[in-house]
Amino acid sequence: MIGTLDARIPHGPLDQKWRSHRDHSRLVSPNNRRKFEVIIVGSGLAGGSAAATLGELGYRVKCFCFQDSPRRAHSIAAQGGINAAKNYQNDGDSVYRLFHDTIKGGDFRSREANVYRLAEVANLIIDQCVEQGVPFAREYGGLLANRSFGGAQVSRTFYARGQTGQQLLLGCYQALCRQIDAGTVQMFPYTEMLDLVIADGHAKGIITRCLRSGKIEKHAGDAVVLATGGYGNVFYLSTNARGSNVTATYRAYKKGALFANPSFTQIHPTCIPVSGEHQSKLTLMSESLRNDGRVWVPKRKEDCKKPPAEIPEADRDYYLERKYPSYGNLAPRDISSRAAKEVCDEGRGVGPGGRGVYLDFADAIKRIGEDTIRERYGNLFEVYEKITGEDGYKMPMRIYPAVHYTMGGLWVDYNLMSNVPGLFVIGEANFSDHGANRLGASALMQGLADGYFILPYTLPNYLAGQMGRRPSADSPEFQEAESEVRGRIKKMLDVDGNRSLDSIHRELGLLLWDKCGMSRHAKGLHEALVKIAELREQFWNNVRVLGKDEDFNQSLERAGRVADFLEFAELMCTDALERNESCGAHFREEYQTPDGEALRDDENYAAVFAWEFQGRNGQIVPPKLHHEPLHFETVHLTQRSYK
Amino acid sequence: MIVAVTGIILILFVVGHLLGNLQIFIGPDWINGYSQHLHDLGPLLWLIRIFLLLTVAIHIYVTIQLAIENRRARPEPYIDRQYVKATFASRHMLMSGLIVVAFIIYHLAHFTVRITDPRFALLKLDPLHRYDVYSMMVYGFQCYLVSGFYVLGLFLLALHLSHGSSSFFQSLGLNDKKLAPRLALGGRIFAWLLFAGYTSIPVAVLLGLVKPAQQL
Amino acid sequence: MNFKLKIWRQPNAKTRGKLADYEARDISPNTSFLEMLDILNENLLARGEEPIAFDSDCREGICGTCSLTIDGEAHGPDHPGAVCELYMRKFRDGATITVEPFRVRPFPIIKDLVIDRRALDRIVQAGGFISARAGSAPEANSIPIPKHDADLAMEAAACIGCGACAAACPNGSAMLFAAAKISHLSLLPQGNPERVRRVLKMVHVMDAEGFGNCTNTYECEAVCPAEISASFIAKLNREHARAAIQRGAGE
Repeated sequence: MIGTLDARIPHGPLDQKWRSHRDHSRLVSPNNRRKFEVIIVGSGLAGGSAAATLGELGYRVKCFCFQDSPRRAHSIAAQGGINAAKNYQNDGDSVYRLFHDTIKGGDFRSREANVYRLAEVANLIIDQCVEQGVPFAREYGGLLANRSFGGAQVSRTFYARGQTGQQLLLGCYQALCRQIDAGTVQMFPYTEMLDLVIADGHAKGIITRCLRSGKIEKHAGDAVVLATGGYGNVFYLSTNARGSNVTATYRAYKKGALFANPSFTQIHPTCIPVSGEHQSKLTLMSESLRNDGRVWVPKRKEDCKKPPAEIPEADRDYYLERKYPSYGNLAPRDISSRAAKEVCDEGRGVGPGGRGVYLDFADAIKRIGEDTIRERYGNLFEVYEKITGEDGYKMPMRIYPAVHYTMGGLWVDYNLMSNVPGLFVIGEANFSDHGANRLGASALMQGLADGYFILPYTLPNYLAGQMGRRPSADSPEFQEAESEVRGRIKKMLDVDGNRSLDSIHRELGLLLWDKCGMSRHAKGLHEALVKIAELREQFWNNVRVLGKDEDFNQSLERAGRVADFLEFAELMCTDALERNESCGAHFREEYQTPDGEALRDDENYAAVFAWEFQGRNGQIVPPKLHHEPLHFETVHLTQRSYK
Repeated sequence: MIVAVTGIILILFVVGHLLGNLQIFIGPDWINGYSQHLHDLGPLLWLIRIFLLLTVAIHIYVTIQLAIENRRARPEPYIDRQYVKATFASRHMLMSGLIVVAFIIYHLAHFTVRITDPRFALLKLDPLHRYDVYSMMVYGFQCYLVSGFYVLGLFLLALHLSHGSSSFFQSLGLNDKKLAPRLALGGRIFAWLLFAGYTSIPVAVLLGLVKPAQQL
Repeated sequence: MNFKLKIWRQPNAKTRGKLADYEARDISPNTSFLEMLDILNENLLARGEEPIAFDSDCREGICGTCSLTIDGEAHGPDHPGAVCELYMRKFRDGATITVEPFRVRPFPIIKDLVIDRRALDRIVQAGGFISARAGSAPEANSIPIPKHDADLAMEAAACIGCGACAAACPNGSAMLFAAAKISHLSLLPQGNPERVRRVLKMVHVMDAEGFGNCTNTYECEAVCPAEISASFIAKLNREHARAAIQRGAGE
């Protein structure tokens, strides 16, 4: 059965919606704010900025992160930059263009109103970050510098060396520290959310486990904000941090929150290729490298084993420049990734296992000199050398796509509130702004937009009607959720089988990469669904988790996350199977144009798929699908062409 | 900060003291005159002496306090420990400093209070009726054991200053990325020049290059 | 490649720990040090022994979570870089490798090689920020900042907060950590209004946490994965003196 969802998008012209929505949202008066407790799970760009800003406003905030410090959230690893339509380069940029590029980049599977709002507040983010002391790159005149990024024909990306995510996160971490010092935010590091508590149909608390002591705790609040990032680690190998997981959002899903577009996972084109079977993670090389690097493979299979210097210019295939002449090496991520997979599938890949393409800086070094390249990307070249032992200045780098970002996430309305009242979802954890493919330098923009400039307006709108409704953390709803959590932990420890967690997780990852990765087809997805169920059996009958419950126990932490990935993977494949079209990062082999590009079906699939959990008593049954039709009032749906 | 400021004062003293002592190579007249000149300062000399002793005391007191704090900051030491950049001198400032203190006490007893060597009492005044510091020094250094201890003490002082003399720039904030390696090198050269200067006196005496101005 | 490992095991903060011997066999030179520990843990698990607890997260040298002292050097022998960026090809085949936690009193051991570094957060909470309320910021280009200053601020801001500086310092001093933050913020015009208060409070909290004192050995900058220069400590000393004088003068 299919239900239709209402995203509560304000009426009026696109460029007036956010303003008029703010003008008509309810407010909480300053002396009432301290009466509200807001639970924020996650301390990255979205969670950290939201916690700091709500703290500034006077709410009492409890912020949770599983790391030992909020500064270690995975936002820190973002390299390239953050977009904004400042038009400092005088190259014709505008809020509308940023909006249009983002919605087109997302292959028309995101909401116009949300994306427009994102583009509108992007400029405020830059102002805010500069004021906080984020050391963005500058020109000699002292003004801010920009670089260009994939999927855009203007230069609108602000950056701080190759460490933009780190600097933005530290800016927001410092703002958070200021609030912790002021006593408005209470920080709970080493604490993982294991369940959502719903009272009277509203999200009113969470159950957590302290990762140091193993203690299970109950926390009640007037609203719960999830800012727990993406689920890329379902693939085992990804560019995500080892700890990144789906548990918080998946637990919320199991409590009734809808999960939207879970199959939309972005594969980043410029990562360092896999080198061995024990590899624990993949390392991203910022997409900004494609500004100056040229991507190529040999034209002939026979040349693949030759050292690159021995392959003459005429025998090289600069396939991105050939296929997409107007965007060239700056074609969007999904397209570049798929193109790399294609040439490797043809047997023209380079490096171990033939899974790699060259990213060559020789021309750029000739044009602007090695020093300029070093100044722009020095740290990336160092990273490359550390990992591979090769010098990127002397020979072309080898790159290959890797799982990087997940556009899917919990469904939220225009207020960033899920279908469960009181449950807000921000940053990568929600699904809202990137459609089927995210453009480079937009993740940081979205995380900070949600935390600094959107949630602080939309959360009070909800809270205003919730005065005095916070339940006690000892109420039956909390007790019940707590005992569920305890039961589950006990069950995992009691299995005492023979298989290690990593071996199960690795197998799941390979399966998904194969069947639900850069390209998918119905047959493969059906096979995956069967295998995932088998793996889950394996887990619950044969996993080995050592140690105790009430103790520092890293195996137990990971076991809980893998258990959720094993259920979540099924949801991903179900979603991929349901969407009988190709769009953005979701490439169904059955649906492509004659020249191999994604073939959208706007008639039937210009909609968000949001899934409702249906299982009861530990049984997994097919979820129920809800549709949110996407209405495009401003942009024209076209085939996304970067040729 | 206090360590740095007291350190600079002491370094300046050490330099001045060396310049004074090196007059031994010019002849008895110069150095005896220098000594008499200092003695003529009367109460001012005592003020300077007290000031210097106080400086030493503060320098030691504060550094010992800091060293105790530093020790407390790592209650459980590393089982395996490798240093990448920290020099031997920089890691053993307290040790070198304390031995230098022992040396200074001996040095004061030896040449200032003159209680360790009975022969000094036998020295006659020089022709201009001044105390014959020149001969005192020569006789003092003629003993291998005494000179050996002086060289050892000076070696540790140099080690101490090879770190200390550039370190105070850093502590006072008078350093930057470009300056740092130059200061470190400069500090080392400075310290070992001092060492060479000071040790040249006992060495010269032992080699017989400087002879006493009077017989006992 | 094969290795003999001596790894610090300590069940919790209260129990005394000791080095335990392990072996790692058939390790590819392209394995990272942490992946080697993963493999060792898989083997321990198979034998029913409790895996070695160690911290890591991003595994690309930016989050600052990993924190091992390997053969007596914070983050191991391949400087600059965090442990997660250390590859086994840097070791001799058959080598004996000692692995200890970062040891400094304000970082108590939680278990095995895992330490609690919240002391660093508390130093930042004392004033390592610019008070800028969301929504009140002026237009980003309204204050031009010389490129040199912005670049220098970036150099200082690159600190990943791993605590290796304090772990490697013979005195257990966290001056490089504090200096990086204080320098970053005081190099920018936006950081100027809180300059005096910031340095005084941060240094005070750093001392109260029980870190040692800087004696300018520069061991910190030698092991810093973010290559923070010890010249920022000179800047901190300068800032502190200036602030103390200003405060003392009653300004």
